Amino acid sequence: MKARAAALARLALATLLVTALPRAVSQAPGEPPAGKQSGYAWMARETRAIQDDALANPGMLSVLDGEALWARKAGTAGLACADCHGDARLSMKGVATRFPAFDARLGRPLNLEQRINACRTERQAAPALRYESRDLLALTAYVARQSHGLPIAPPADARLRPHVEAGRAEYLRRQGQLNLSCAQCHDGLADRKLVGNPITQGHPTGYPIYRLEWQAVGSLQRRLRNCMAGVRAEPHPYGAAEAVNLEAYLMWRARGMPLETPAVRP
Amino acid sequence: MPGRRAFLAGTAGLACALVLRPAAATPESMLAAIRALTGGVAPRTGRVRIEVPPLSENGNVVPLTVAVDSPMTPAEHVRAIHVFSEKNPDPRVLSVHLGPRSGRALLSTRIRLADTQTVIAVAELSDGSFWEQSASVVVTLAACLEELPS
Amino acid sequence: MSGRVLVTVPRTARRGEIIEIRTLAQHVMETGYRRNEVGRPIPRDIVRLFVCTYNGVEVFRAELHSAIAANPYLVFTTVATESGTLAFRWSGDNGYTATESVAISVT
Repeated sequence: MKARAAALARLALATLLVTALPRAVSQAPGEPPAGKQSGYAWMARETRAIQDDALANPGMLSVLDGEALWARKAGTAGLACADCHGDARLSMKGVATRFPAFDARLGRPLNLEQRINACRTERQAAPALRYESRDLLALTAYVARQSHGLPIAPPADARLRPHVEAGRAEYLRRQGQLNLSCAQCHDGLADRKLVGNPITQGHPTGYPIYRLEWQAVGSLQRRLRNCMAGVRAEPHPYGAAEAVNLEAYLMWRARGMPLETPAVRP
Repeated sequence: MPGRRAFLAGTAGLACALVLRPAAATPESMLAAIRALTGGVAPRTGRVRIEVPPLSENGNVVPLTVAVDSPMTPAEHVRAIHVFSEKNPDPRVLSVHLGPRSGRALLSTRIRLADTQTVIAVAELSDGSFWEQSASVVVTLAACLEELPS
Repeated sequence: MSGRVLVTVPRTARRGEIIEIRTLAQHVMETGYRRNEVGRPIPRDIVRLFVCTYNGVEVFRAELHSAIAANPYLVFTTVATESGTLAFRWSGDNGYTATESVAISVT
């Protein structure tokens, strides 16, 4: 059963690559396919319905957790997020559309999770939250929810540029035992299927997402690790510089697309 | 759900989520569970409607709605709706208890289906009769399996 | 352990009107059939029972099994009979309970 499924998946991927090659090479490397589409476009009606209804979307439970955490004091400084940032509905509106952002003090880009953790360690004097922990996902989801419907707007920051370019190189780099780049599937083969699953354009429009496969909320970093495992490459550690660069590139690639947090994906 | 996705199982350097394949329910064990409920009587077919996507994107979350034709009066109502699956490890999915105060015999939920299979809803009426309806769901296999988050 | 719940009930209704109630409870619904990365069985941890009462009288009850998806979602109906309180209670393995109540005004 396992061997058969694995063989089937590899065969499907190999077949796709052979048949789709002309289309793949006709595109500029690393450029988004014409007509950007969210993964939502490929979802079944039932899955869309779960995302669309805020009272039935399980990702909203994480957003509500985040709302509670926002107001809760943490760390020895005795500060809550709300003590500095006030009402997140106002202060955090649009913020998630501009991440990853360059942090001048650290001299590198931080994604939203890392920005939240920087706030915790520096302002609240609280321990950093673990990647994929319930609390970090909740705060990230709550902050990102405040940008729901707003277009992704990567900052025009010259210091961020080299990181976006490094992320683009990462996106184009063949990797893993299957020797595949992100671009080969998500630019070249988007709209095709892999063992019955649609291949999307890979735009990170709704993170943290509630993924049916995970039965839980998860970060873009988790999804990227999942993709890398899929091509049998060694996944980047959570929050690694390469992974944040890739995130910065993907957000640039998805610029202008509305944020859907918390999106639901199969 | 167990046992059906293993694209990456055994890949070096990955802590793959090992999946266990427990003894799955069979059509026979599902029928036995239904008979245990009805006291050995075979439910009649009809009166129950099942709404479920014929093709599910992920067996972890399959939307399900069950409705039963009934006036839902004190004299004539649905007492309970029971849902069973043919191939999950346990044939029981859920049972809900209703009455005239429900107004309608209607239930929506989200269920897990371990594989492509038949789902059966059985309605237990106030006159002691049992009615059933079945529906088939094709469950798409996920292409990749990831490691558990650490 | 208790988790977050999200309940949707109309705030007002006419007497005799059939109202729809939607509930979503935060819970992993660990089936008891999976193993962890070192091959040990992961013990079952599910919500087993959900009860809705209307001014203290049970109007809906659900017994759940491992085949209910994570974060159990239940939609059902009840007849708006009088103003008062709809109370919801989830309970399950490992001492899990969660409660919520909502006021309804019936005219």
